[in-house]
Amino acid sequence: MAQYLLSLHTAADGGTGTSAPSEPMTPERQRRMAAMEEEMKETGAWLFSGRLTDTDVATVVRPAAGGPFTTDGPFVESKEHLAGFYIVEADDLDGALGWATRTVEILGMPIEVRPFLATA
Amino acid sequence: MSSGVDEAAIGRVFRAESGRSVAALIRLFGQIDLAEDAVQDAFTQALRRWPATGLPPNPGGWITTTARRYAIDRLRRDGRGRELLAEIVTVDRQDEEVTSVPDDRLRLIFTCCHPALAPEAQVALTVRLLGGLGTADVAAAFLVAETTMAQRLVRAKRKIKLARIPYRVPAATELPARLHAVLTVLYLIYNAGADDLRAEAIRLAGVVAALLPDEPEATGLRALLVLTESRHRARTTADGALVLLRDQDRSRWDHALVAEGHDLVRACLRRDQPGPFQLQAAINAVHADAPTFAATDWRQILALYDQLLIVAPTPVVALNRAIAVGEVHGARPALDLVDELDLSEYHAFHATRADLLRRLGRHAEAAEEYGIAAALAPGPAERAYLTDQARSS
Repeated sequence: MAQYLLSLHTAADGGTGTSAPSEPMTPERQRRMAAMEEEMKETGAWLFSGRLTDTDVATVVRPAAGGPFTTDGPFVESKEHLAGFYIVEADDLDGALGWATRTVEILGMPIEVRPFLATA
Repeated sequence: MSSGVDEAAIGRVFRAESGRSVAALIRLFGQIDLAEDAVQDAFTQALRRWPATGLPPNPGGWITTTARRYAIDRLRRDGRGRELLAEIVTVDRQDEEVTSVPDDRLRLIFTCCHPALAPEAQVALTVRLLGGLGTADVAAAFLVAETTMAQRLVRAKRKIKLARIPYRVPAATELPARLHAVLTVLYLIYNAGADDLRAEAIRLAGVVAALLPDEPEATGLRALLVLTESRHRARTTADGALVLLRDQDRSRWDHALVAEGHDLVRACLRRDQPGPFQLQAAINAVHADAPTFAATDWRQILALYDQLLIVAPTPVVALNRAIAVGEVHGARPALDLVDELDLSEYHAFHATRADLLRRLGRHAEAAEEYGIAAALAPGPAERAYLTDQARSS
């Protein structure tokens, strides 16, 4: 078994970018997402998941010569940002891609799948 | 003493057998690099022995068995390998002649052509692992530096390992889409043009078709490649100039390949599940049937393009359909169709427009279009042909 991070990306302007959901989160989508997450848990694939606030609430701590300092704002100003993620367990990449494909079908936003190597 | 087995003969065995051996060793040991290195070791050994001893009765089996021994030797030399080995040898101890399961190569080709890998990596891996071509040969065939190709291969193998791209034939629900990716890779390998790669693509298309008898698209690709190959000799003059289909000396076509292509197309027709490769093969079969260009059954070709445009609605298919329209209904309606297409970066778009303009007597425009086509042409033979046409329009 291997672990994968499924990161969901959305556009910062919340609608016009190609990566944004074509429609807002409807009750129908919420229901389908909940059903999929339930299935993830039943099959033992689900390890962890979460949603992130908008990037205007982000704060960055950077290294500097005089010691780390704190600033307002997201890490990188970009059109797309991380909106949420799953960490799933799967036999191989195809297993993880299966969950990603279903999520993309429901939400209409792109998902990056990367092997997740737990450190602690 | 000589057994008549020279380096060239062993090279041919390597081409034909190494993919099978690499695939079998990946199944046994789960490591691509180890499998490749061990098969290479086995062939080095074959090069030393076979010129004196002659070919063994089953050269491929000898290579796989010998490579397995080398792989075990390599694993014994490192500590982590010894643990892995303990598991493998218990599974496999009695099996002295390591047999390769037919599915091994099929699994491997689906790994190499996994959509998580970049297209150029899919092509490179397939040629390298299943075709047994060296990195230098693969690099030369795709016109990239050897270091670039080596990096591409290393990166792709690293991704297979870290992301755990499976070594498996996809489930039935995924199979058609994943098979199409495999067949597209083989088509790209064929179109890279080098003699080795064309032969390799045809061979692998045959392997895939034989291993997936229920998938007529695999047979369709093999038919398309065989029919395209049948015209290879007639496609260039002795000094390397391009000869278009209409001007080819049809007696120089390879009629054994034409016959094989026709048989494969007929087998596809019996299945009656047309797909893009089968339809392209059928179009080529109609061309192959015609004793002269003038005798070509263009209505049949146009009907096939109509079907192809439904299953593969791309501008390039629409361009080729327009050429058929030009032969059936004349240059004027064909030009109208061509002018609707957004293919201004594609040399064949301009070459087709140029030909149609010339047939309509618009010579100045034709010359200009041939000039644009020549500037966009991918190879010197095509560029020379198109430049020549620009001058004579």
